[in-house]
Amino acid sequence: MKNTDISAPDYFHKVVDCQWACPAHTPVPEYIRLIAHGRYSDAYMINWRSNVFPGILGRTCDRPCEPACRRVRVEKEPVAICRLKRVAADYKDDIRDRLPKPAAKKNGKRIALVGGGPASLTVARDLAPLGYQCVVFDGDPKAGGMIRTQIPKFRLPDSVIDEECGYILDLGVEFRAGKRIDSLKSLIAEGWDAIFVGSGAPRGRDLDIPGRKEAAKNIHIGIDWLSSVSFEHISKIGKRVVVLGGGNTAMDCCRSARRLGGEKVDVVVRSGFEEMKASPWEKEDAMHEGIPIHNYLVPKEFTHENGRLTGITFEKVKAEYDAKGRRKLVPAGEPDQHFPCDDVLVAVGQENAFPWIERDAGIEFDQWNMPKVNTQTMASTHPKVFFGGDAAFGPKNIIWAVAHGHEAAVSIDKMLNGEDITDRPLPAVEVMSQKMGIHEWSYDNEIALDKRYKVPHRDKVVALKDIKAEVELGFDEQLAFAEAGRCLNCDVQTVFSAQLCIECDACVDICPMDCITFTPNGEEADLRKRLNAPSHNLTQDLYVQDGLKTGRVMVKDEDVCLHCGLCAERCPTGAWDMQKFLLDMTHAGTSCRPPRRSAA
Amino acid sequence: MTYLAKPKFHHPELPKNALGYTHRDYEGSVSTLCAGCGHDSITAAIIQACFELSIEPHRVAKISGIGCSSKTPTYFLGNSHGFNSVHGRMPSVLTGANLANRDLIYLGVSGDGDSASIGLGQFAHCLRRGVNMVYIVENNGVYGLTKGQFSATADRGSKSKRGFINTDNSIDLVAMALQLGASFVARSFSGDKHQLVPIIKAAIAHKGAAFIDVISPCVAFNNHAGSTKSFDFVREHNEAVNRLDFISSRMPIEVKYEPGTVEVVEQHDGSKLALRKLAADYELHDRTAALGFLQHHAAKGQIVTGLLYVEQEPEDLHAHLRTVDSPLNALDEKELCPGQAALDKFNASLR
Repeated sequence: MKNTDISAPDYFHKVVDCQWACPAHTPVPEYIRLIAHGRYSDAYMINWRSNVFPGILGRTCDRPCEPACRRVRVEKEPVAICRLKRVAADYKDDIRDRLPKPAAKKNGKRIALVGGGPASLTVARDLAPLGYQCVVFDGDPKAGGMIRTQIPKFRLPDSVIDEECGYILDLGVEFRAGKRIDSLKSLIAEGWDAIFVGSGAPRGRDLDIPGRKEAAKNIHIGIDWLSSVSFEHISKIGKRVVVLGGGNTAMDCCRSARRLGGEKVDVVVRSGFEEMKASPWEKEDAMHEGIPIHNYLVPKEFTHENGRLTGITFEKVKAEYDAKGRRKLVPAGEPDQHFPCDDVLVAVGQENAFPWIERDAGIEFDQWNMPKVNTQTMASTHPKVFFGGDAAFGPKNIIWAVAHGHEAAVSIDKMLNGEDITDRPLPAVEVMSQKMGIHEWSYDNEIALDKRYKVPHRDKVVALKDIKAEVELGFDEQLAFAEAGRCLNCDVQTVFSAQLCIECDACVDICPMDCITFTPNGEEADLRKRLNAPSHNLTQDLYVQDGLKTGRVMVKDEDVCLHCGLCAERCPTGAWDMQKFLLDMTHAGTSCRPPRRSAA
Repeated sequence: MTYLAKPKFHHPELPKNALGYTHRDYEGSVSTLCAGCGHDSITAAIIQACFELSIEPHRVAKISGIGCSSKTPTYFLGNSHGFNSVHGRMPSVLTGANLANRDLIYLGVSGDGDSASIGLGQFAHCLRRGVNMVYIVENNGVYGLTKGQFSATADRGSKSKRGFINTDNSIDLVAMALQLGASFVARSFSGDKHQLVPIIKAAIAHKGAAFIDVISPCVAFNNHAGSTKSFDFVREHNEAVNRLDFISSRMPIEVKYEPGTVEVVEQHDGSKLALRKLAADYELHDRTAALGFLQHHAAKGQIVTGLLYVEQEPEDLHAHLRTVDSPLNALDEKELCPGQAALDKFNASLR
């Protein structure tokens, strides 16, 4: 294999599994260390810079970082990254003086942002301090979009949404409440310098089976119903409720129903329990509240009497796999099941809907009726119109919306400065030795064997009585400290200098995970077979360095390295060093634009 | 050294031996030797050898004297018996233990100071008697604990870290072991575990006095230019006579080799040593030839490594003394006090 080029930002970035997995590339280990130090405000600001909504995401994020966490491969349970983010938000001081100030001087450029959700707000946050005049249009009375309308208050209190949306609106962003855009053409005609579409995926899928029309009064579309609950247009539901669907919206629906009078709430999904789209922790929370989840049941018919819903009939199915491993649901041959109920919540998916975009507005749509959007620049086929969030590529989640927002802001900033938007800025990277003394490092390199700590919950009886009572109470400071100690500091990298190595094997002998091998070079597949420990995880790189006196190479399998630094402590010559790799994504602003050549 | 204990986590797919242990289960407490010490590599090699042989840790007694090397038994086999004895006295303590309980595996760990200076007499007599043991000398040529004076194994003409030239002749423990009748003699290098681990395994399986001299660079005081025990010098002047594969008697696999390239030596316990010859003229079972070979190469400044001598029918001290077959702690009262009739018979035999 060739020598590993550790100067390429991606190499070490990939080693920081959580940061690599995060769409916004939040420097996770960095803020977790700050939390361990009690520096909650600093931890919050790192998050705020990178993911804009730390308090909101700390309660609701889909946490792509957690399944990626190295701790999963080393132990079992990931670090509770998401809930530690909430700790930073909960225990921070007043950070308002650390936020950017509204631009003292406007640059004269006007940006229209359609929809007041996380994607648009991220664009506004990145652009407003630079002097852009940002105007957010939303049909709802308050900013937040789906964050406010679709996430129940017992998971995310309004106060957190108000605070974090407020930080953005206070940058001089104009929010036009109750102003739903119904024509892109006329918006374009208003002469904005750029338009960002962050209007989400606002349409809940319906279920067209017999009885749908007749029993319509007691059949509700999940996201619309949640939104009505959120705005307090709805405050009760029947005693027996069936929720159809297996995603996170279904989980929010069933738990909300449980709080609005639903005594017997059942979730019914078509496929298997394991294949449900809902995050495992959301399923757990629902079941903890006494909500059973029934699987392999396909809805067949809404039953009704005198225009009133009486229940739903399901066909029992089973999964069969063809030769290619594709799953098919086939009738199980069992008798149909009838679930008597008073109300049904349909949460079987969301769709994008752009009735307000005229098909001749200059935006090309693909065969699925989605706008054609560049995945990197977020640009549509109209030079001034950008997309992000669920509006761009269909329903995802908040953190993806934030990531899209940052990229769109970079594109808009570059475009309005006359630059090529396809020329993307590199991230800022800093690599610094953590050595303080012979056995001292500026990070805590002792590996905590603790199992993942559970977030304390509000008493179930109390929680079920009040739809606004937040269920999760968050870590207290002691628990947060203990949980933060589980982080393996994967951003503190093992850096090897072959010219200093005397090949004494000290690092090989001390490595608790048998990551390091000195062996003759070869192709990757061959090398992986010759390492001191099995090396089957091909998604994790091998760090290879030649230039040793014996002609061998040093090969380190990055897979399960604990970043404990013992290799460096045991190295007599300093050939190993522990260096912190800090990667900061480049957002809109002067740093995303190459320096101008002066006229002279 | 490090202040931190080695984390308990280990690689999730770590191989297990016949007893269900991983190599991590054969570790001791964390080493307090200098970072990069060759002795730590020997520790790792012993751990690997015991793991691969599926040795039950409680069947091992590790006995040492004084010095950097003699500290190392703390760093391996944390669940074995251990005795850290007086300087240079490991052989007599081990001989006593072995006479009392012949069923244990005895690892005597010593250094060049412990064995070639203060304990030279003990070294000689224990090999001479053929105590069934593995005698490992972790040989770095300096007194590391007292900051780097030449030891008795430092080569004449080699240079100390402070620049002095050694004017004394050196003791070659391998040559002495051959002369004294050790039935298994080897030399290896801490920086070459591929060579060292099979040698340790073969020595453990050997029933008799097995001596291994392991050159182990002292990174703090003897790893500079002009030293003959540095990593660079040993790598440049290493003259390996053979490469060894140890095939335990429990291993069913037939290893196939090209005819003529490998010599297979069967040991008493049924295990086999497959030796890939590197020096064509080397004869493994000839004590005097081995001595000549050693001295011939030493004169050229070469360090001969590998398995240098094996006696095909070794005997140990218990055989010489015709001692009872079972360990003393397994003898019951009837065997220990056989009664007046037995005493009378014995007395009569002496008349």
